[in-house]
Amino acid sequence: MFNMKFSSLLATAVVAAGSLLSLTVSAADGKVKMGFIYVGPKDDYGYNQSHAEGCAAVQKLGWVSAVEEASVPETTVVAETMRDMIEQDDCTVLFPTSFGYFNPYILKMAKEYPKVQFFHCGGMWHEGLPDNVGSYFGYIDEAEYICGIVAAETSKTKKIGFIAAKPIPQVLRNINSYTLGARSVVPDATVQVVFTGDWSLPVKEAEAANSLVDQGCDVLTCHVDSPKVIMITAAKRGVMCTGYHADQSALNPKGYLTGAEWNWSKIYSDYAQWIHDGKSLMAGTIPHLIRGGLKEGFCKVSPYGPMVSDKTKADADAAKAKFMDGTMVIYKGPITDNTGKIVIPAGTEEKQQDINLETMNYLVAGVIGKTGN
Amino acid sequence: MSETTDISAPLAQQMAVHPAAEIKAARPAPPPPASEPDAGERESRNWRGLLESVAIRGGAVLVSLVLFGIFCALAGADPFKVYHSVYRAAFGSWYSFQNTLVRAAPIMLCALGTALPMQLGLVVIGNEGAFVMGGLGAVIVGTTWVSAPHYVALIAMAVAGMVFGGLWILSIGSMKLHRGVNEVISSLLMNYIAIAILNHLVNGPMHDPSSLNKPSSYPIPDANMLGSIPGTRVQFGLVYGLIACVLAWFLIAHTTLGFKIRTVGGNIRAARIAGLSVGKITLLTCFLGGAAAGLAGMTEVAAVQGQASASLAAGYGYAGILVAFVARQNGLGVLFVSILLGGMLASGGMLQRENHLSDATVIVFQGIVFLTILFSESLYGRFKIFQEKSA
Repeated sequence: MFNMKFSSLLATAVVAAGSLLSLTVSAADGKVKMGFIYVGPKDDYGYNQSHAEGCAAVQKLGWVSAVEEASVPETTVVAETMRDMIEQDDCTVLFPTSFGYFNPYILKMAKEYPKVQFFHCGGMWHEGLPDNVGSYFGYIDEAEYICGIVAAETSKTKKIGFIAAKPIPQVLRNINSYTLGARSVVPDATVQVVFTGDWSLPVKEAEAANSLVDQGCDVLTCHVDSPKVIMITAAKRGVMCTGYHADQSALNPKGYLTGAEWNWSKIYSDYAQWIHDGKSLMAGTIPHLIRGGLKEGFCKVSPYGPMVSDKTKADADAAKAKFMDGTMVIYKGPITDNTGKIVIPAGTEEKQQDINLETMNYLVAGVIGKTGN
Repeated sequence: MSETTDISAPLAQQMAVHPAAEIKAARPAPPPPASEPDAGERESRNWRGLLESVAIRGGAVLVSLVLFGIFCALAGADPFKVYHSVYRAAFGSWYSFQNTLVRAAPIMLCALGTALPMQLGLVVIGNEGAFVMGGLGAVIVGTTWVSAPHYVALIAMAVAGMVFGGLWILSIGSMKLHRGVNEVISSLLMNYIAIAILNHLVNGPMHDPSSLNKPSSYPIPDANMLGSIPGTRVQFGLVYGLIACVLAWFLIAHTTLGFKIRTVGGNIRAARIAGLSVGKITLLTCFLGGAAAGLAGMTEVAAVQGQASASLAAGYGYAGILVAFVARQNGLGVLFVSILLGGMLASGGMLQRENHLSDATVIVFQGIVFLTILFSESLYGRFKIFQEKSA
């Protein structure tokens, strides 16, 4: 029974024998040291890739030096990763990008390292939380609205399939904006939703994609962490798709119509510039909460694919122009949900910043599916 | 199966045709001596056995490092720099060793969830489910009894975690015992059920309406959180893990109950004939295993997450299965293998940030090391130098 103990000690010793030296990385080059943390792989054609592209953009700035770590789970492991980036890599700015990193891990680390700035994607900061924490998030549903226009006008069956992770406000808002966009140009278009239950379930996503095509949908789209398998399934089944998170046109070159993409390159470059200029969250010179849509450059629409007609391009560009000049309001009453209940009465406008939209718990008319409540 | 010790060896030999016993007999391991050896002989055998174990395991780790080095070289990194990073990130300083311990803490307790029932010959892989149920139990108690004094709350949460996790695995043992349901399949499926229950509760009855985009339960009050081991950043669950591993080892190796458990695992028919209450022993052992995994779930919510959400099913239970197998179901083995695995996981960040290897590298590393160790098991008894000269 003791054998195990000794041999394992030996194993430790063997590993230890690898070296006796311990070096530390120094930050003597005067660069801004940034750390980026992702919950999945950097090349997932989705959420994580969109952030990794943002990191790649700031790395091009000569005065930024960035380190990255991918596939970091939303457990105490991410706290260790943040700590290592601060202690071992001398990072002074961290971008832990996954939503679930915020509470308790970012909050805990922020208290422990008050001189390090933590920027979190998801818009969770509020008064009373540590001063060195900031949040940013984008109204990507504006880009989804435009995707809905393109999808509905290009679809022959007027049936669109939407594969989504969970019926939470953020996801419901994308589905609803997409549907409102689609029905603004094709009033009898429908969007059929399948919730898979989690952010990354490639097998379920592929099954859902196939069954939606079997039911007559000829455009697929999604809100999951990695749209890769859905885009590939669409290509294999010979149907069209619109992307999400990042540009997936390479996965379905013929059928990719357009997509709602994050534009973190711009946001991260802005942050880098502010920090380079000596601004900080603690001094109050960088706002704690930053949000925006197409106009502010948080998101963008993928280049149109080969199947999109000139008329559709014109319609989509017209909607985009209204977003850019701030005259477009997606949630303008009357809006009824798909059970017939009026959720926004006539004459009421809920603009993007409206707090009501953040607690969305309905699916608008035209969506086939249930929120689960 | 457990390592056969001197006490159980004669009985194990009497045991007739149990499939597991047959497999064991087919191994080229030296048969334990039938007659009682005298003290000198026994000492010599212990000494040689120890040396054999050290040489084979140490050799396995060395071989795996060479294989991993080749992998790194193929991936474009300097293997020696990689070894240096791994050492520095996992064991190089107290700072980095804490990182290793942080990762090892939950795995240690989870591994006992497989290691204990394995002594009965049951391959239970339901640790993830027991972990989740233990976490849920702790949250239910921690969020409903908020006025409890600090230590009372902690004890209540720990008991709830152990009972929830224990009953979860006990039910698997019971299905096996009373209905002959294959425990590998049932425990795997029970994991999915536990995660589904978790998701249902945090989206429904336990849902905190303020957790909009990440459905979670109400939080455990800060005052009742478990916290870290003083002077470190390692959650207190590590202490539970260390104690549980030593207790598990002592229970199996040095108590009558442990002997009974091993007897049931060695040959269930012989155990029945010998008059052991197989049913009770099975259920009790399963409960203890599940209680360990459930306690891990409790420490995860009470020391780290503070609430229940989908993040609770983070894969610690599955890591525990691997550790239990590599440790050969030995409590002390679990302790050391968990720390070894914790160290490997801790080095994952450095491999990415310093050596620019991909995020999957640490999984390859883990796979190579553990497969090599498991393969090395087949080498016992193959080297003449470690064998007794035949009398």
